[in-house]
Amino acid sequence: MTSGLVFALAGVLLFVLGLGGVVMLSHALRRILAFNLMGSGAFLVLVGLAQRDGGVDPVPQAMVLTGIVVAVAATALALALVRRLHGAHRDD
Amino acid sequence: MKSALRLAVVLLALVLAGTLMAAILELPGANQSLPAAVAAHMAVSGVEHPVTAVLLNFRGYDTLLEVAVLLLALLGIGAAVHAGSETEDGGAEGDPVLAALARLLTPLLILAAGYLLWAGAHRPGGAFQAAAVLAGAAVLLHLSGQMPAWSSPGLLLRLGLAGGLLIFLALAAGLLGQGALLRYPPEYAGALILLIEASLTISLGLILAGLFLMLAGRRGGA
Repeated sequence: MTSGLVFALAGVLLFVLGLGGVVMLSHALRRILAFNLMGSGAFLVLVGLAQRDGGVDPVPQAMVLTGIVVAVAATALALALVRRLHGAHRDD
Repeated sequence: MKSALRLAVVLLALVLAGTLMAAILELPGANQSLPAAVAAHMAVSGVEHPVTAVLLNFRGYDTLLEVAVLLLALLGIGAAVHAGSETEDGGAEGDPVLAALARLLTPLLILAAGYLLWAGAHRPGGAFQAAAVLAGAAVLLHLSGQMPAWSSPGLLLRLGLAGGLLIFLALAAGLLGQGALLRYPPEYAGALILLIEASLTISLGLILAGLFLMLAGRRGGA
């Protein structure tokens, strides 16, 4: 078992942990965090699987770098929407 | 009832984790080697670091779309923020130590961003890392009370936000004659990538800072 495979398996655990959080948590902020955890798990699976044979593969690394930046943007948008929702509820 | 539901979710999650792990362990090796393909084409990529070569040359269209997604997210935030009631906030009154520290750190952070941008050609680094450092500097300046939040960006700021994507798009359109999207002529690849990375650094830095500063405009969400 190479370290890449360990990373991939840990990524699966993170992903499932995040999925459980998205399903079970009711607070929107915690759900966003759980969703980010799912994303991190997926990234870890991608990078880990690509280097399970020992070598480093630049293609998944570049894809994951792209993914991280998109995840940041999506999280910021989600936070903006949650804040707006929060404000709308408080105005009532 | 609720605890039974939770138990069911946990059990399902465990089953899913087991299945996914088994699938990963069963997965056959790749039938073609991407690292070898990247290494074979490094000479024509115009840069020396494989990740940068993939990001901006071999799969440049991914990066192009990524920048578009970032800009879209910022527009979404702008819409969500502006739709609410307006209360102007000229930045927090910072404490003087933090303000002095921010003044000291900002030039260093800009220098570090420039280095990261330059280093991207031959070692880990590049436009995104440099942009993240720039955005960090902007957030620090805002938190120390020396930069107002962006309640309504002016023309110059809008141009800066969209400039990276526009230059990238213009280059992609200009290079369509090469036969494929974002295929650079090898002798100009290095210069073109540097131009794209430099413009992306500024635009992405502004966009990433905007993700924070546009949200920071109105405290408390209402």
